[in-house]
Amino acid sequence: MFIKEYIKDVWGAISSLLKGMKLTGYYFMHHNKEAITEQYPDNRKTLKMADRFRGEVVMPHDENNEHACTGCTACELACPNGTIKIITKMEPTPEGKKKKAIDTFVYRLELCTMCNLCVEACPTGAIKMDQTFEHSVFDRRLLTKKLNKPDSKVREGVE
Amino acid sequence: MFEEVASTEQGDLVINIGPQHPATHGVLHLVITLNGETVKKVEPHLGYIHRSIEKMCESLSYRQFIYVTSRMDYLSSHINNHGCAMLVEKALQIEIPSRAQYIRVIMDELTRLASHQLWWGAMAMDIGALTPFFLAFREREMITDIMEETCGARLTMNYMVPGGIMYDIHPDFCKKVKEFIKHFRSKIDEYDELLTGNIIFQNRMKGIGILSKEDAISYGCSGPTARASGVSCDVRKIYPYEIYDQLKFDEVLATEGDSFARYQVRLVEMHQSMNIIEQLIDNIPEGEIQAKTKAVLKLPKGEFYTRIETARGEFGIYVVSEGGTTPYRIKFRSPGFSNLSALDHIVRGHKIGDMVAIMGTLDLVIPDIDR
Repeated sequence: MFIKEYIKDVWGAISSLLKGMKLTGYYFMHHNKEAITEQYPDNRKTLKMADRFRGEVVMPHDENNEHACTGCTACELACPNGTIKIITKMEPTPEGKKKKAIDTFVYRLELCTMCNLCVEACPTGAIKMDQTFEHSVFDRRLLTKKLNKPDSKVREGVE
Repeated sequence: MFEEVASTEQGDLVINIGPQHPATHGVLHLVITLNGETVKKVEPHLGYIHRSIEKMCESLSYRQFIYVTSRMDYLSSHINNHGCAMLVEKALQIEIPSRAQYIRVIMDELTRLASHQLWWGAMAMDIGALTPFFLAFREREMITDIMEETCGARLTMNYMVPGGIMYDIHPDFCKKVKEFIKHFRSKIDEYDELLTGNIIFQNRMKGIGILSKEDAISYGCSGPTARASGVSCDVRKIYPYEIYDQLKFDEVLATEGDSFARYQVRLVEMHQSMNIIEQLIDNIPEGEIQAKTKAVLKLPKGEFYTRIETARGEFGIYVVSEGGTTPYRIKFRSPGFSNLSALDHIVRGHKIGDMVAIMGTLDLVIPDIDR
């Protein structure tokens, strides 16, 4: 009786191991079909990120070098980490009055957690998330970015 | 409940596991007293990944503090965010649209699946099997791809906002989720084939690390760890939130309380999560995704508490508000902390090799324990 149980146990153990080995063997033999590895630095040209992927904050400019940022600092207030700092200036309008406009939109990528709260808070849609993800640089200072391009203006009609 | 504190005698060996040790899944420091190869005492030392998240939240507004909670239990970040958003909605009595509720529950269950998959791979690796880790990550990749497409990030999504969800689901979302469920239903049998039936695995799991029902309750364990000991503690069942009360699913319970029971409970929970997603994915109602909220949220004066079932157990958020835009005090009840506290009790008398296996089945995430 004892021997019968013993043999049954041994047989059960061996068959359970073989079952697992069969699966491993299947993947070993079908590695061409089953492999899902991405050869990352080599597939850079064909690699496409999802449309909504949050890589960094950018400010889109149109062909006239105009953006939609009015300098209302809603994004600065919405940011949990102090990533965004907006420096404003007073600019004369054609009517002779003075109007608030942005001087520098400072964006510090090294502090950003890509939480998307600034983009949600922006009333004019001036900033958006870009799909870039290779952010490594040799100097930390390069991570502090100025988002508005030189000599750019607020687009007409954006209030 | 009260145990005699094991004292170090002559001939005992005190060793450190961690803070930098692959088996602890993070920076957990365990001081272990050994008698030969038998564990006499385990003392977890915390503090290596303390980021003072609770204090940090006191200076953040009610919209901003949600993103920080994804950095605690990063494997169920969606569910943590969901709990925080729910607290704000409860305090301000905001009714959220049913479309947002459906999407939230689907996202929660996908997160639970992804978390259990990672646990399955990591736990098998603790025991010494390397192949399951790759198989688990292969399936998990499909979920992270779905998350990336809809939420914009793979791990720290910040998709739940007070009043609903940040943006609508991607047009391909339903198709991809259905594809995933179909794919994963066939692959989860491979999990059983490869690991569950394996004789070496079973001998290392069955009867090892028994946590009795009484101890599970007195240590405050929750989630699959407590359910494997027979404690009915699924917040989705006993305290339903969102639309869980309309769904058909079982609370997975086991009575043995050993490592194998904890393993089985999590595997069956994966099936249950897939059932929940299948019930919802075809019936997402049309409509708004966000309720109208004020730009600046101010919670009324008082104390608020919300609980939610993460992949590891009950996650609680306690907020004391003085009526301002930021919380006066915030406290998170993380499931991992209570589950870790039971480790010393479970491990005593076992061999040191079993300790790693038991820790694997407790499913500890260290940044969650040590906020």
